[in-house]
Amino acid sequence: MPRRKETANIPKAVWKGDSGKTALEISGDWKLGVQPEISGEGDVGWPDTFVTDRLGTFDSTLPAYLLRKVREVGIESPPLDGLREDLRGLMELALKVPERGDAKSRNEDLHSITRLGMKSSKKWLSLMSFLEFTGDTVLAILRFAVGKAGFRARDFWLTVQECGVNALPIVALISFLIGMILAFVGNVQLASFGASLYIADLVGIAMVREMGVMMTAIIMSGRTGAAFAAHIGSMNANQEIDALKTFGFNPFDFLVLPRLFALVLMMPLLTIYANVIGILGGMLVAAGVGIPPKLFLTEMLTIVDLTQGSLGVIKSVFFGVAIAIAGCYHGMRSGSSSAAVGEATTRAVVSSITVIIILDSAFAVIFTFLEI
Amino acid sequence: MSDLTPDPEAKISVRGLTMAYGSFVVMTDLNFDIREKDIFIIMGGSGCGKSTLLRQMIGLMEPKKGEVFYNGASFTAAQDAERMAFIRRFGVMYQTGALWSSMTLAENITMPLEEHTELKPKEILDLARYKLALVGLSGYEDYYPDQVSGGMNKRAGIARALALDPEVLFLDEPGAGLDPLSSQRLDELILRLRDSLGSTFVIVTHELASIFAIANNSVFLDTVTRTQGATGDPKHLRDDSTNEAVRLFLNRGETTDTATTS
Ligand SMILES: Nc1ncnc2c1ncn2[C@@H]1O[C@H](COP(=O)(O)OP(=O)(O)OP(=O)(O)O)[C@@H](O)[C@H]1O
Ligand SMILES: [Mg+2]
Repeated sequence: MPRRKETANIPKAVWKGDSGKTALEISGDWKLGVQPEISGEGDVGWPDTFVTDRLGTFDSTLPAYLLRKVREVGIESPPLDGLREDLRGLMELALKVPERGDAKSRNEDLHSITRLGMKSSKKWLSLMSFLEFTGDTVLAILRFAVGKAGFRARDFWLTVQECGVNALPIVALISFLIGMILAFVGNVQLASFGASLYIADLVGIAMVREMGVMMTAIIMSGRTGAAFAAHIGSMNANQEIDALKTFGFNPFDFLVLPRLFALVLMMPLLTIYANVIGILGGMLVAAGVGIPPKLFLTEMLTIVDLTQGSLGVIKSVFFGVAIAIAGCYHGMRSGSSSAAVGEATTRAVVSSITVIIILDSAFAVIFTFLEI
Repeated sequence: MSDLTPDPEAKISVRGLTMAYGSFVVMTDLNFDIREKDIFIIMGGSGCGKSTLLRQMIGLMEPKKGEVFYNGASFTAAQDAERMAFIRRFGVMYQTGALWSSMTLAENITMPLEEHTELKPKEILDLARYKLALVGLSGYEDYYPDQVSGGMNKRAGIARALALDPEVLFLDEPGAGLDPLSSQRLDELILRLRDSLGSTFVIVTHELASIFAIANNSVFLDTVTRTQGATGDPKHLRDDSTNEAVRLFLNRGETTDTATTS
């Protein structure tokens, strides 16, 4: 019994065109999951009248179907003559506010070459805006130098604490382990020549020239660069940056400068700290293979002089600038949703690590030329 | 084409303003004048571009076409320094509150004062206390924005907008999220500030009760035609506007043909 009823009330939409006038006959029970039978659809456009005498019950599938037709045909206020009162009410409500006529769907029907072009010009534009941001930073520093740029001293000291003291434990842990790893790996080779003593030189040079500053920079991009991007990004999302502007504060001076100064101040200090701890780690391993710390130190100091020791510290200043600028840049350019803030954070970390590695390679070339 | 010269009598004149996000045009050809000491309402359906209009008027967004004038001088064409001088005389409350989340409510108000005045710290703190008291937030000086409710955030936002005793106050939906009593207090506050400081108010709001209680001038943004529906005193617009949409809006959709037949 129920089955017969169902087949009898199968949802149907039949287009009928007689003498230039089209009518759409809708019948049956429209229900989610029941495929409607649609016939005579073709490209007749929107029907002039509707016939709904044999329409049973319906859920959202029917108005959704009609609305799709409206959008396909592209008319703004389609005639709804003959629609049953309840359905008509729903359709009127759905059509009340016109669709936002926008470039939203235009992207889909672009040629793939056009899209490639759009992608690459976007990349170019984002490179340009990054350079512009860097230039703005320089200008802000100049403004600060002549006393025209202001920020809250408290912001500066808080950032100093955040990227200085608070980062000590993690920097210590990582560089201690790196120092130990260097000593272990070095010992494997050197011991076979009976030259284990040179572990000291290896650990010393590797730490002060490369590993100390590199590890510190990577830790700081993940810790501090990401925090800069997230903080500034969510300020942007919440209109806090607009509020700064309308009170006549330059958001650039106010947000970027204290972070930049704090990080550039702390990076060299953290690097020296990382170098020392790393060498201690190497010393511990060396003691394990029979080189007393005193001997280790004497041997190391024959090669690690002040010039060598300063190389990593010099690099750390540049890395600090890169991390701060990448973090602040992506925060300032962040969109205003929470997802956009997350994306900005990711971009900040990825781009600052990339820039650090590129800078480090450049320094390697420069130092080679200078024969240091 | 409309006349593009500002009214010399007006505090703020908007001429031929078209606003757009990229290729999406929000509103075209807006023209209205706001006189000194006006309480001017920007009204219209949700999403019609009221907040956008506010952003254009305070210079956070550049108009696609047209100009905004303050005291007869162009704000849109002004140089940075000149523009800053204008902006210093504005107070703005944002729709989302936009309090600086890393500062307490009091610090939110004292920071602009420290920057722009030569007052002593104690005097500044007193001012901040007073502004918070005006909006009914005495005793919340040392709370952070995330430690107070949404409506309280809103009120603190108004207090911050008042920080520098601005000539022109822009409030984006100040009454939304307030209980009827606070909202009535807010109306009273606006009227009193206008009378005592002589401030001009530009307010985005949907609250009809408060519109009729305080406003003496307004503009209605029409979503359908994408331009202004009418401008003038909302009480007159309610009864006599020739624009159907304006009358519907101001009568809560209850007008049929009564206004035209009677
Ligand atoms: N950043 C943006 N990019 C693109 N379109 C936007 C952006 N911000 C707002 N819009 C669009 O501009 C239109 C106007 O937005 P606006 O925020 O000014 O509305 P509103 O009148 O203030 O609404 P409400 O009363 O809900 O606050 C909306 O259609 C919105 O979709
Ligand atoms: Mg708004």
